[in-house]
Amino acid sequence: MSDVLADWKPDLLGVDGKVLPVVTAPAGVLSGVGAEVDPQDPEVVQLAADLVATMRVSPGCVGLAAPQVGVGVQVFAVDVTQHPKTATSHGTFVLCNARVVEASRWRLGREGCMSVPDLTGDVKRAGRVVVEAVLPGTGEAVLLTTDAFEARALQHEIDHCAGKLFLDRVAGAHAVYQRKVYL
Amino acid sequence: MNELAITVIGTDRTGIIAEVSEALAGVGANLSDSTMTRLRGHFAMTLICTGPAAGDVEKALAPLGDLISTVRVVEQEADAEVAGEPYLVSVHGADRLGIVAAVTRVVAASGGNITDLTTRLTGPLYVLIAEVDLPPGVADGLAARLAVAADELGVEVTLRRAESDLL
Repeated sequence: MSDVLADWKPDLLGVDGKVLPVVTAPAGVLSGVGAEVDPQDPEVVQLAADLVATMRVSPGCVGLAAPQVGVGVQVFAVDVTQHPKTATSHGTFVLCNARVVEASRWRLGREGCMSVPDLTGDVKRAGRVVVEAVLPGTGEAVLLTTDAFEARALQHEIDHCAGKLFLDRVAGAHAVYQRKVYL
Repeated sequence: MNELAITVIGTDRTGIIAEVSEALAGVGANLSDSTMTRLRGHFAMTLICTGPAAGDVEKALAPLGDLISTVRVVEQEADAEVAGEPYLVSVHGADRLGIVAAVTRVVAASGGNITDLTTRLTGPLYVLIAEVDLPPGVADGLAARLAVAADELGVEVTLRRAESDLL
């Protein structure tokens, strides 16, 4: 089923994405559990395109979840192709109703988030994950196996869809830092 | 509105934070940034609060007789400027006099600004971890000078980039 993702392109959504404003904490939408979506709903397809468009205009952004543009549903876009810590990459893709079904090789990394612009934090994430989801538009099921930075990005975005920020997972009381470098 | 820098320290026991923060809330002192930790059996709090006059806070904290506190008015912070590049300094080795002084002097001489620092002594082992903002281009030179200082102190030191990834 992963082959489905390899062939997937945002163009397949068949609609143009709009750039949407990014919501920052403490906005309530970031803390609510996102609703599961019907991947064939035209609104979901449009949202998928909008997430890709918004991610592309945001410098350094490798993932964007629907709650970050104010929509409390389980949809997110990811593209880690340009990032130096990427090992495996599946290009640009959007997933609906994603969940982690396997996770291993836990390691600590320092994360920042467009929705928490002034802080970063040390968060333990799995370095290898298997994620189950459906694609917007077709509704095809995907089972995605990945590692390293793409695995971290997927976990960060799945957390957004569950109403969690990296702040909910930091490694300790001294694991939150003032963000010093802005892209 | 007043901005106050408050320190509180006392022998660790249950309820210190609850009592101090209730006393502060009682006089309308709004807690913004703080760091609180246990140091060798003492509980130490450093707080920035906004709101009341310093004298009111002193009066509110006075009944907590087993705690030593200081309160002073400070300048409100200007907008946090974007400083240098974030690095981490780690030092570990046998305890001896002057490790913090020597290491931080080397960092300061390179224009590095320490934004957070923790030391722990456990048995004979001394550990120092510092978060440092460095001006661009000084890291390699600083690493070399830290290595010299560490050699003189007989400790191990590493300087590494504290990278964060935007997700």
